[in-house]
Amino acid sequence: MVQGVGYRPFVYKLAHARGLEGWVLNDPEGVLVEVEGTEQDLRRFAHELTSEAPPQAVVESVDTEVIEPGAGGTGFVIRHSEHSGRKVTVVPADSYVCADCRAELTDPTDRRYRYPFINCTNCGPRYSIVQGLPYDRAQTTMSAFTMCDLCRGEYEDPLDRRYHAQPNACPACGPELMLVDRTGNRSVGEDALGAAVNALRAGRIVAIKSVGGFHLAVNARDADAVALLRTRKRRDSKPFAVMARDLATVATFADCDQDEAALMASPARPIVLVRKKDSGLPGTIAPRNPNLGVMLPSAPQHHLIVDEPGLDVIVMTSGNISGYPIAYRNDDALAQLFDIADVILYNNRDIEIRVDDSIVRRSKHPGLPAPVVSFIRRARGYAPYPIDVGTELRPLVAYGAELKTTVALTSGSRVYISQHIGDLKNDETFESHRRTARHLAELHDLTPRHAACDLHPQFRATRSVLREQGDEIEQVLQVQHHHAHMASCMAENRLTGDNVVGVVFDGAGYGVDETIWGGEFLLGGYRDVRRVARLRLLPLLGGDQAVREPIRTGFALALDALGDSPTAVAAFPVLAQLDETRRHVFATMRDRGVNAPLTSSMGRLFDAMAALCGICVRAEYEAQGPIEFEGLLGRDLRMSDVDERYGFAVGGSDGAVEIDPRPVVLAMAADLAAGVPLEVISRRFHSGVVDMVVHRCAAIRAAEGAHEVVLSGGVFLNEFLLVNCLVELAEAGFSAYCHRQVPTNDGGIALGQVLVADARLAAL
Amino acid sequence: MTATVVPTGEVQLDHGTGAKLSQELIALIVRTLGDVYIGEMEDSAFLSVDTGRIAMTSDSFVADPPFFGNGDIGKIAVCGTVNDLAVAGSRPRYLTLCLIIETGFPLARLVRVLESVRDTAREADVLIVGGDTKVVRSGEADQIYLNTAGVGVFERAPRRMRDVRPGDKVILTGSIGNHTVHLLSIREGLGFETRVLSDCAPLNGLVEAMFAVADDSAIRSIRDVTRGGLSAVLHEYAHTVGRSIRINHDDLPIQHETAMAMDMLGINPIHAANEGCACVFVAPEAESAVLEALRAHHYGRDAVTIGEVTDLPDAKVLLRDASGRDAEVEELQGAELPRLC
Ligand SMILES: [Fe+3]
Ligand SMILES: [Mg+2]
Ligand SMILES: [Zn+2]
Ligand SMILES: [Zn+2]
Repeated sequence: MVQGVGYRPFVYKLAHARGLEGWVLNDPEGVLVEVEGTEQDLRRFAHELTSEAPPQAVVESVDTEVIEPGAGGTGFVIRHSEHSGRKVTVVPADSYVCADCRAELTDPTDRRYRYPFINCTNCGPRYSIVQGLPYDRAQTTMSAFTMCDLCRGEYEDPLDRRYHAQPNACPACGPELMLVDRTGNRSVGEDALGAAVNALRAGRIVAIKSVGGFHLAVNARDADAVALLRTRKRRDSKPFAVMARDLATVATFADCDQDEAALMASPARPIVLVRKKDSGLPGTIAPRNPNLGVMLPSAPQHHLIVDEPGLDVIVMTSGNISGYPIAYRNDDALAQLFDIADVILYNNRDIEIRVDDSIVRRSKHPGLPAPVVSFIRRARGYAPYPIDVGTELRPLVAYGAELKTTVALTSGSRVYISQHIGDLKNDETFESHRRTARHLAELHDLTPRHAACDLHPQFRATRSVLREQGDEIEQVLQVQHHHAHMASCMAENRLTGDNVVGVVFDGAGYGVDETIWGGEFLLGGYRDVRRVARLRLLPLLGGDQAVREPIRTGFALALDALGDSPTAVAAFPVLAQLDETRRHVFATMRDRGVNAPLTSSMGRLFDAMAALCGICVRAEYEAQGPIEFEGLLGRDLRMSDVDERYGFAVGGSDGAVEIDPRPVVLAMAADLAAGVPLEVISRRFHSGVVDMVVHRCAAIRAAEGAHEVVLSGGVFLNEFLLVNCLVELAEAGFSAYCHRQVPTNDGGIALGQVLVADARLAAL
Repeated sequence: MTATVVPTGEVQLDHGTGAKLSQELIALIVRTLGDVYIGEMEDSAFLSVDTGRIAMTSDSFVADPPFFGNGDIGKIAVCGTVNDLAVAGSRPRYLTLCLIIETGFPLARLVRVLESVRDTAREADVLIVGGDTKVVRSGEADQIYLNTAGVGVFERAPRRMRDVRPGDKVILTGSIGNHTVHLLSIREGLGFETRVLSDCAPLNGLVEAMFAVADDSAIRSIRDVTRGGLSAVLHEYAHTVGRSIRINHDDLPIQHETAMAMDMLGINPIHAANEGCACVFVAPEAESAVLEALRAHHYGRDAVTIGEVTDLPDAKVLLRDASGRDAEVEELQGAELPRLC
């Protein structure tokens, strides 16, 4: 990844410093350099191409070839990209404010002192402002601003840090901050910033236009302000992320080791989930959760705010109305966000495409060879960088699932994966899904010939693709949801076998037998899989309503294990929260199959267990019950003693082994009755699931000879489950893999769809 | 009016063979229907309609269960056809009545069905002019099926879906979802049936009441909201008119107990079936008069404007929430499947 990140100027400067002659050129595959000099200089130069590379550049390899010396005397030049029929294929991701720009930002003598749009070739917005390729200023939203002579001079000087920095700007020629409050008072520039800072200090809510969209901010040390934000956003429980001035500030409220700090400080500036300290910020920021999502500033205006005394840490939650995507256009923000915000701090640099914050987590365990970095959401700072799967793919577009959707497009062995888009049931998100697919194709000059989508007949992307695919699409392939999950994990680990075990645990996906899947052991490869084991079926009482009210699934599970309603209520007192009428109606729905579709979902089993412990009866956000149930463990990943783990039973069924959780339910009921603390119960349950996975994989290996295992699906966002499955499977002699580049949840589905569709096309 | 002597016994296969038992069954039917029956036992009925144009429709009815709290399959069979005729803008006049009966169906229950047919026909002011009875072996049908065909006469131009235009208001004549909840509740033993009754009713009186107060062309089109619910009706209009229709979530008339039941069941009321609710498209200037007329009528007390036809050309059905945001209402192919991950 060396394009649009200041790599050519870096090579230019390096060559100049060493007095080498030759040229540097961008080509579709990377950077091509021809240099002439002494052998020692050349060797050092080759080494420094990697070791000294600019922060955003990722040098995959340096291939060298010795050629005949030229005539000499030409110096070193940056050649302009040749148009070899293909556009330069990489659009850089958005990045932070680099140290040099940071220094200028705080230097009163610099002409960009306190300028909120400072950037250079090493930093600043990219993907969020790009409208088309080639990536130059005319094709960004910065085309609205004409560079002044000073800026133009920097832009054209190969030795300047701003050589071809497309968003280059200064107070004389660039964008400016603007602010408006609820009464319509407006201000600009420093006044706007000052008003925003005062509002934050006064405990008010400020909408802030950031790199890829708007945030809603309050002073994170002000519990009343946090409470106000919770009230206005109508969110009681969903954790808020915070933005801190610097790592020293982070250390005052969270435990953050060196590697987590490095990740947090990296140019992508993701939200990193770190352990919060007890005596840190108000508990209401992330209730019932051992973690806090923390990020460092990703734009100059963020620095200018959190550098203010008393504002060293602010809540930065997405600037949207509940259920809708983040506002990123000024007019939308001004029309929508006053429902929540008191003032809106925005600017006149347009965002071309919405890019949410990325969320990552780094998991350590003595049994892991290296920590696992998991993407919970992959967006700003990472999109639209491709994943290289190592084999040539057909020209494909994949549309993902329904929630947390991403779009994927192929180019050779690369798969470009869009930023997190969101829940497509919503019109605005669906529109941005379509737009992102088009935008990604245009930016990378791709013309897909085949399309892939989910098997679920009611998924919006599926319906839309089947109804109105473009003329250039020859074929639409529907890929079963869990097969796509499995393929996605195989792809990023470059597995190619056809006897791989896919342990796929998630919320819900449409199965090939038209029931709802989600707790599956699949065996196969990209082309085909066979379901070799699954969780015992549970009814979803009222369909998706059961997901919003996990106590329904808790009740169904208790009935399954204990037989009747009175026994279930006696074992699990929380069920008394369901009144007589509801218990009667739900039991009848279950017995008579009234809107009670059956599912083998592991996510729902976690829902049910959490609900039966009284942890989450009604869910405010997705997977709240499982998250809070795991939260009881406090990120302590130790397994329970072997004899204390809740054990699953197995039974035969429709060709696949049935994994039966009823003994788990009985064991938990006994522990609850005995007054065993909830965190112990949670650990016993989690450990029992790990055991079950390892036992099942061992049985599959014994029967089928499979020894590679991939873990995928949203349930593997559960750190305890993920890490312990990896550790225990490795201990049992398996090659076990998980996601590291794309999310294990539905954000990774598009990648898997690509691989399955490609394999099917190859077989035609 | 003839008092009916309730017979004992069950329908037997020989009730359908054309022999003596058949004669007895037909006599029972004719006797029970009483004065609403004007059949002459000829092969066809001879009817005079004093108009140039008639409306004609036919519908078959299966109801599970056939008897419910405030009605039965007989009532549904008359209402269904009467309503189809009425919403087309015609005045329903004549029905035929066909019965398919499973062997073993108690004669007493048959009489109950026929009494409902008679009472509803009386209320709707239609006459039954003929029909047919078939008896099938046990297991070949589930208790009893009905078919009614109907003729209505036009005293005004027929209403057509394509006459709807952007700006027209969408009015619902009654609350939605009740019939579904009531029947499901009895069928499955859920316990809502005493609090939520079926809305089954003949709507021709209501339709006439509207035409009485509005300029003929101001009532563009009417559709009874039956299977597929409001969603199916609105999608049909959106496709036909080629415009999006927007309805407001908070304006949808849903009885409190029905909403609670629907929530427990996880069913969206806009997909639920009704038997006595019509969706009316009216010109904006006629909206208030029509609403007033509807609300003055026994079956239209809950009538309310729920939205309007937009000029957006993408033919969607949009549901606007309290915050003013629109979400597309999906056209269901079958039952709604879980999708939350
Ligand atoms: Fe999934
Ligand atoms: Mg009909
Ligand atoms: Zn910089
Ligand atoms: Zn300038």
